[in-house]
Amino acid sequence: MDTRRVSSAVPRVRQVGFFTPNTPAHQPAPTRSQSGPPTSDSPPLSDSPASNSLSPVMIPPPRHLSDNLGGRAYALPVPGRGNAGEHATVGSYNPSESVLWLESPPRSRIGDEELSEGTESSLGWYRRSNSAKVASSLPSGGFDLSQVKQPESVAAVEAKNPLPEKSEAQKEQASNPKSLKAKTTKAERRALQESQRAAKAASKAEANKSNAPGGAASSKPMKQPPQKKDGPPVASSVAASERGVDRPVEKERKKDLPPPRMQFDDESRVDKAKRRSLLNQPEARNRVELFRHLPPHKNGSQLPYLESKFFELHEMHPSVYKVGLQYLTGDTSGGNARCIAMLQAFQEAIRDYSTPPEKTLNRDLTSKIGGFVSFLIECRPLSMSMGNAIRFLKSRIARLPLTLSESEAKAALCSDIDRFINEKIVLADKVILRHAATKIRDGDVLLTYGSSCVVEMILLYAHEIGKQFRVVVVDSRPMLEGQKQLRRLVAKGLSCTYTQLNAISYVMHEVTRVFLGASSIFSNGTVYSRVGTASVAMVAHAFHVPVLVCCEAYKFHERVQLDSICFNELGDPDAVSKVPGREDVNYLDNLTDKQKENLQLLNLKYDATPSDYISVIVTDYGMIPPTSVPVIVREYRKEYLLI
Amino acid sequence: MDFQVVVLAGGSSKNLTPLVSKELPKPLLPVANRPVLSYVLHQLEQNNLKDLIVVVEGEDTALVVGAWISGTFIDRLHVEIAAVPEDIGTAGAIRAISHHLTAKDILVVSGDLVSDVPPGAVAATHRRHDAAVTAMLSSIPVSGPLDSGSSGGKDKAKKLGRYNIIGLDPGKQFLLHIATGAEIEKDARLPKHILRAVGQMEIRSDLMDAHMYAFKRSVLQEVLDLKDTFQSLKEDVLPYLVRSQLKSEALSNRTPQGEENGNEKVTSQNNQVFVSRILANSSTPSFHDHSSENPDGSAPTRKTHKCCAYIASSGSYCVRLNSIQAFMDINRDVTGEADHLLTGTSSDPNNNIGPSPKLGTKTTVGPHCMLGEGSEIGDKCQVKRSVIGRHCRIGSHVKVVNSVVMNHVTIGDGCIIQSSVVCSNVQLQERVVLKDCQVGAGFVVTAGSEYKAESLARKEK
Repeated sequence: MDTRRVSSAVPRVRQVGFFTPNTPAHQPAPTRSQSGPPTSDSPPLSDSPASNSLSPVMIPPPRHLSDNLGGRAYALPVPGRGNAGEHATVGSYNPSESVLWLESPPRSRIGDEELSEGTESSLGWYRRSNSAKVASSLPSGGFDLSQVKQPESVAAVEAKNPLPEKSEAQKEQASNPKSLKAKTTKAERRALQESQRAAKAASKAEANKSNAPGGAASSKPMKQPPQKKDGPPVASSVAASERGVDRPVEKERKKDLPPPRMQFDDESRVDKAKRRSLLNQPEARNRVELFRHLPPHKNGSQLPYLESKFFELHEMHPSVYKVGLQYLTGDTSGGNARCIAMLQAFQEAIRDYSTPPEKTLNRDLTSKIGGFVSFLIECRPLSMSMGNAIRFLKSRIARLPLTLSESEAKAALCSDIDRFINEKIVLADKVILRHAATKIRDGDVLLTYGSSCVVEMILLYAHEIGKQFRVVVVDSRPMLEGQKQLRRLVAKGLSCTYTQLNAISYVMHEVTRVFLGASSIFSNGTVYSRVGTASVAMVAHAFHVPVLVCCEAYKFHERVQLDSICFNELGDPDAVSKVPGREDVNYLDNLTDKQKENLQLLNLKYDATPSDYISVIVTDYGMIPPTSVPVIVREYRKEYLLI
Repeated sequence: MDFQVVVLAGGSSKNLTPLVSKELPKPLLPVANRPVLSYVLHQLEQNNLKDLIVVVEGEDTALVVGAWISGTFIDRLHVEIAAVPEDIGTAGAIRAISHHLTAKDILVVSGDLVSDVPPGAVAATHRRHDAAVTAMLSSIPVSGPLDSGSSGGKDKAKKLGRYNIIGLDPGKQFLLHIATGAEIEKDARLPKHILRAVGQMEIRSDLMDAHMYAFKRSVLQEVLDLKDTFQSLKEDVLPYLVRSQLKSEALSNRTPQGEENGNEKVTSQNNQVFVSRILANSSTPSFHDHSSENPDGSAPTRKTHKCCAYIASSGSYCVRLNSIQAFMDINRDVTGEADHLLTGTSSDPNNNIGPSPKLGTKTTVGPHCMLGEGSEIGDKCQVKRSVIGRHCRIGSHVKVVNSVVMNHVTIGDGCIIQSSVVCSNVQLQERVVLKDCQVGAGFVVTAGSEYKAESLARKEK
């Protein structure tokens, strides 16, 4: 999904960066002013000052920043703003590269497995997008110049860029830009992109199962020729000098990234995945158009199938299987609990593991874990926190010294897992309790939504240390998770009010603080949490009530997400139409098949709360504003992979 | 998957006389020309369960069964035959082989189960809930021959005593009450404390215990050790576990978790509590958790264990061969509507449905019939809904309806056999009329005799 957005954004961005008179409002002024002294001899844009004297040295900092921030906005065409004519080519494709590089993690994931296809197709895509850019820069008049000066600029690019074919492609496209423009319509590019993405997803699924040793080998740079060609080098051509040091780390990070998710509206790919899949994918019934790309909910159809297969899944460790079943049936839910359950299952699997002959522990275990993970994904999509934990575990396995004996290695891994649970979850929660409790004053009315284990602990802790406050638990159908929490709170003697989400604006009057949990927090400060959280936060914002999001730092994710459409999870669609125990309101029960065709049920599980509505994020590193999330991700991620 | 499978094959059976004998123990009783045990073994094999313990009553029987298994499933299954003394019951049998059991969970299957419910489903349910015991329940099969006449009344009288009363929680996942067979006279006693804890109980009498259980090994062994009077899994052990699920005396499903992780030196006990609380809070609570909680909501003090039920879906086939009527039913179903149990199960390649044997002129063999290899049928015969074994010789003008004829049977001209079982090596002379009869092995029915609803067997010498 991200890529899709990029593709549509890039052309627009380019127009903005250069010559188009109508600038979209979202242009980030600050970067621009950083990038170079404004001069006026190129496009007369009031807010996009172009720098004539663009020095190559000037370029890297904003780019680097942008990469780390993951802010797409900051990755806008910095260099292109130079002398419009002269640097047209550079500018015209660098921005795309930088954006692409942001997207490169998914691409690099396929690297090992789908070498030929991946490389080829992605190159093809580069070419096309480039050409599109060149073409679109044409009308504005700068092109002739660029053509004249091209040798220089290409040379300049080549000096930094290890990809000569790219510039060549550019040349030849530059020679007949018109026809190319006609060829590469937006729809066309998009179709191409779609197919690539699906290819990646499919190959990725494969990779997790069979070929994950690649992950183990990730510390060896020579293992990844496609990566070299594709993403990083292009980007690093710009900022190579600076990033040179932590390149390997980043590479690894990319390898461990959660895979690009399968797009479930692509029929051929779904078919393929189905054949490979351990579980049978249910047929997509009437699903809401906008959310067809999400994996369909599985509970009903999967369980009997999975049960009947119980004894046939040799390679699945029983504990992993059990955890998977619990995910599938919803017996275990909640980010922390799922993550802990998964890690403990892995721990048991590792304890029972023995390296088969003629294999090394590092590689074989990685592939085994990969198999477990893909099984769990099929039971229920992973949460971000689980993705981070898996990444951690895989990096630990990859880093095991080869000299360790098997038992030592297993013991080391088990204690690593324990440490992860203790430091990243248990201790983190305890720290969060302390921090958050300082924000609770006597006489407060605290509002919480749904059921978050951290928030519940905060409330209990604050109650224990003698704070006087009242709690409003807001809940929503169909999960009604709040009731479980409410039960425990009331049992501990807290004074509670329980209401449904639709009454939120009435109860918000008296509330003084809103405490929310989160499934994940993205680099741009977006909080990904149980569906409904966004509305609570929005109402709180409107009422000027501070919103505190409590979230352990291991749930932070470097991804940037602006909406809750591209990544989400679908729940059981029938759950929204049925009210258990209320026969009298089941109006949707006796629909005929024909009527059902016209009915599409949507049960989303998560939503994204924009950072504007969040006052503070309480995390184990302290209380931070949402804008500081990328800092935590950047500064602590390294250390956490290296623990 | 850390499961051990125990097949309780049994030996003799009073219910099935005169069909079974010393030479033909119950596990080898042919159902559609295949021993009944092969259905279970085949199903286990299909589910990738290849290490089995087959428990047989009596040394002699064990030899016979063992010979058959090793002949049929050679190098496909790894089977251990355990002979136990007769009349010690199912619980006794498990007790006798208790030292063989090492895996975390034990799957106990009755050898007379003809079913297509995957055992994995029971095992998965068991694992998911971390239960002490999981029982498979299936709906009570439609009994009686389709066009039964007088036998209906007799069976109904029999079946009244065989009611099962099963109590389930609203989610149909936990067993709250189970009472079978003789226990139920006129009134049933329900455990009040369980009812109070759950709040709602669904009482079903249309389900039967299919005698496929998954036990937690530690629990099973402990119960068998503690209660050495327990004879039957179905009538003693299971009801006991169900009764005591909220105040389990020795057993707990809660401690293992703590113990396992407690070994880690790095982690402090405190953190363990914390972690387990996170896990417990976020998992769907069952009534066990509520009832074990103290009123003030602190950590559970009373130990509980879970008794789960797996209810076979209505489309699946699941019958136990524990009476002559059931035997007839199974024969009928396996050749008829449940014939998928036979397909692809060529443990003996000579079993095939269809008229491979020699048929005389104007002889009709209806649908849902099975004729064994080498059987000959004379002229103008009618065979309907019947199973005829191997090497039978059937004369002319014979009518066989709704019956089972085993191997090496000779039937004279003009016989009429209805709803009967004719065992191996029986000789029926001319013009014999049998209705609702069972003829034991080797019996000779003299010419012209008529029997109705009788059991004919050779006198034991």
